[in-house]
Amino acid sequence: MGHRIQIEVNGKRYEREVDARRLLVHFLREDLGLTGTNVGCETSLCGACTILVNGQSVKSCTQLAVQADGTSVTTIEGMADGQDLHPLQAAFRDNHGLQCGYCTPGMIMVAAGMLADNPAPTEQEIRQGLKGNVCRCTGYHNIVKSIADAAEQMNGKGGDS
Amino acid sequence: MFPGNFEYVRAGNLKEALTLLSGEDCKALAGGHSLIPLLKQRLAQPAKLVDISGLDELKGVTVEAGKARVGALTTHRELAASEALQGAAQVLSEAASKVGDPQVRNRGTLGGNIAHADPASDLPAVLLALDAEVSIVGPNGSRSTKADGFFSGLMDTDLAENEVISHVEFSSLGAGDASAYCKFEHPASGYAICGAAAVIRGSEVRLAFNGVAAVPFLASAVGDSLSGSDLSDAAIDSALSALEHDDPLSDLHASAEYRLHLAKVYGGRALRAARDRRG
Ligand SMILES: Cc1cc2nc3c(=O)[nH]c(=O)nc-3n(C[C@H](O)[C@H](O)[C@H](O)COP(=O)(O)OP(=O)(O)OC[C@H]3O[C@@H](n4cnc5c(N)ncnc54)[C@H](O)[C@@H]3O)c2cc1C
Ligand code: FES
Ligand code: FES
Repeated sequence: MGHRIQIEVNGKRYEREVDARRLLVHFLREDLGLTGTNVGCETSLCGACTILVNGQSVKSCTQLAVQADGTSVTTIEGMADGQDLHPLQAAFRDNHGLQCGYCTPGMIMVAAGMLADNPAPTEQEIRQGLKGNVCRCTGYHNIVKSIADAAEQMNGKGGDS
Repeated sequence: MFPGNFEYVRAGNLKEALTLLSGEDCKALAGGHSLIPLLKQRLAQPAKLVDISGLDELKGVTVEAGKARVGALTTHRELAASEALQGAAQVLSEAASKVGDPQVRNRGTLGGNIAHADPASDLPAVLLALDAEVSIVGPNGSRSTKADGFFSGLMDTDLAENEVISHVEFSSLGAGDASAYCKFEHPASGYAICGAAAVIRGSEVRLAFNGVAAVPFLASAVGDSLSGSDLSDAAIDSALSALEHDDPLSDLHASAEYRLHLAKVYGGRALRAARDRRG
């Protein structure tokens, strides 16, 4: 049975018909064409599908699109401002925070939620905050460095941005 | 991997939710972090989901006149961050902060956690240690039941299909009381292989476990022998050495014997942490 849902994604309003069983990640990727959000495990474990719903990090494979009716969603596509990378994106580039890049959209989105709650996390807090996100390439070290660097930049302590 | 077909309705208030749930083969949906995985695996195939997540009357923590009341839809994130719980029941806040990962804590709720009653969940033992009452509403009105008795079997509770947990209530801890939760978690899933909740209230001591057996349980003999004691390391160790369970879980993650060993170690840590937190 179709449900009409209204949802704001990256500042743009959408109204679409979805089946009750449609997962939010499939809605974003297939109905809206926003393929930046990746699907890793589809079983709530890897975090590749992480997005922000009303400002909080969520695994979008573990939420139904109908549950997100009326919410405001941010995906990786909503992070950069035109050609200007978001400080998290810039920090991942500068600190070699990715190799294959498959986990990166989820890492950046979970980090965005983390920094909104805690703008100056310790290294331990960053590591704890990544508990729901798996990376098979980097060994996490440069991801942690990237997030710490972005936090400094965003707090105005990091020089030029 | 995606769920089979079902109908979905959002309830606007509790009364409407109860009416909707009185239909055939309906299930309440809160944070979805236990139910959606089950739907994907087709281990649950309800005809209709009633989304109760918008019911504001089931949300939040209030502490008043010595009573703490925690709404069923309060998320793990909110429990972990609750200022009021730091004094009233630090053990609940601490256990919630150890659930899964940040994304899971942002969505999962207290009510869903205890209704799902996974033996490896973190919150059931906390409610046993706090001697909490679970408040339930159904087609015939409301009732409440002691947490000790609510959990009836492996992933089974006293809850009927058409009932909703509205909140959980317990006497808040006072000055000089203290509590703690210690968890040995599975390194990949993060679920508890053994979780121990300790509450010291005046001279009374209560200790309860998740993960060790199919049903979370109160270690009454341990609590009784420590109640009124000096809670010295020696007293704690001696009380725990008598800890027994006639049917501990045993699986590829941990044998029954290892689980009982963990219960003694983590039970001891939780008791010592609570003891050392007393004002
Ligand atoms: C990757 C992952 C890791 C996790 N790790 C942990 C962990 O370490 N520790 C832990 O404790 N949990 C863990 N969980 C489970 C998590 O805590 C769940 O969110 C919680 O158990 C269920 O809450 P929910 O609100 O998501 O419930 P839902 O999934 O919406 O519902 C679960 C069940 O409860 C019923 N229900 C929900 N609310 C009510 C209510 N108010 N009244 C009556 N019935 C109700 C539903 O009908 C359903 O049967 C994990 C989950 C995931 C996906
Ligand atoms: S795809 Fe959602 S957690 Fe792995
Ligand atoms: S960079 Fe390849 S999975 Fe993280």
